[in-house]
Amino acid sequence: MISRPITEDDLNAFVDQRLDSVRQAEVAAYLEAHPDVAERVTGYAAQRDDLRALLLPIADEPVPAALNVRHIAERHGRRSRLPWWAAAAAAVLIGFGGAGGWTLRGLSDPPLQGVASLGQEAADNYVVYGPDRLRPVELRAGAGTELADWISSRLGRQVGVPDLEASGYRFMGGRVVATPHGPAALFMYDNDHGMRLVMLSRPMTVDRDVPMQPLSQPAASGFSWAAKGMGYSLVGPADAQALLHPIADEVRRQIGNDV
Amino acid sequence: MMIELLEPLIPALRRYARSLLRDRTAADDLVQDCLERAIAHWNQRRVDGDTRRWVFTILHNLAMTELKRRSARSSDLDVESAENWLSTPASQEDGLHHRALLRALEALPEDQRAVILLVSIEDLSYADAAKILDVPIGTVMSRLSRAREKLLKSIREMPAEPAGRSHLRRVK
Repeated sequence: MISRPITEDDLNAFVDQRLDSVRQAEVAAYLEAHPDVAERVTGYAAQRDDLRALLLPIADEPVPAALNVRHIAERHGRRSRLPWWAAAAAAVLIGFGGAGGWTLRGLSDPPLQGVASLGQEAADNYVVYGPDRLRPVELRAGAGTELADWISSRLGRQVGVPDLEASGYRFMGGRVVATPHGPAALFMYDNDHGMRLVMLSRPMTVDRDVPMQPLSQPAASGFSWAAKGMGYSLVGPADAQALLHPIADEVRRQIGNDV
Repeated sequence: MMIELLEPLIPALRRYARSLLRDRTAADDLVQDCLERAIAHWNQRRVDGDTRRWVFTILHNLAMTELKRRSARSSDLDVESAENWLSTPASQEDGLHHRALLRALEALPEDQRAVILLVSIEDLSYADAAKILDVPIGTVMSRLSRAREKLLKSIREMPAEPAGRSHLRRVK
């Protein structure tokens, strides 16, 4: 077998120890037969060792306070205006969990069904994703048809994205989320004050056509309804129920026009 | 998750920035700027991408901008002399030799110096170095080759160090 000719790339990779063992041996054999090249490569290797001896220790120095990534992240978080209600929602959630509320509720109540369940799912997702500063949505509004394609492939039907610009809310994007009743589409909106709304939508087996009903929870409020086998729930901050009503009406009107 | 991924990178980021700028304070300012950007644009990194490579790309681009800004302001901004920016001063026996090597490194064109640092010091793969520098991998290899040749040549052209003189000239 005739081996591939040795290249300058091989010599450098030899110095950096990036070659596989076969090639490493081939280069070593070549260097043995070519002392002039070997001398140069030895020089490269010594140079590399010297540079490492000089420069590697820089990374052992203690990191100055100004480069504490936790502080930087915190400062960044404040600057991007974590809305007050997100902190409130988190506090309520922690209190709830700490008191064993989740466990007790699961044990004592019958499982929710229909739009009542849908409303609960929307509120749960709002509490989780609403305050999320890093990745509130999986696919952003600018992602073109990707989001619509994803949702329709998982839900098995098209879900139109309501346009809430007229109410002062911009569409941020969305994601597919899990519910006890299968996948649901989550759309998120925000306004100029950083207030976020979540709309959850999924196919319904129970309550396939129900008029709008309010939901009110410690950490979220909103309205849920179902039409033509699809359920919809619009949720926002706990104290925003009155404000959400006309927006929910607008969503229902737009969806009614679409279907 | 973000903090857990970024935090371990900081020492190497400082080292790369300082080796490029040869200026302790300016390098740390650059790393801080880099971290702020990484945090602010965290959502824009490729989910399947490598965080280290992504953050090094941000830092490298910031460093190149800074170096351009400096060279535009010509030589009135003098870099820290000798090896003040190093972590530990070169040992006495190796002082002259190391000094010569550092001078040779400083004399390299920026793009060649960046390749040497990314590959030889930061242990990034050739492919990652190519992505960080936004050049084909062949360019990385040829820059590496040229950089090593030049360094070797500069070192060998240094006047020999007679034992007596090295004591006179040694760095404190």
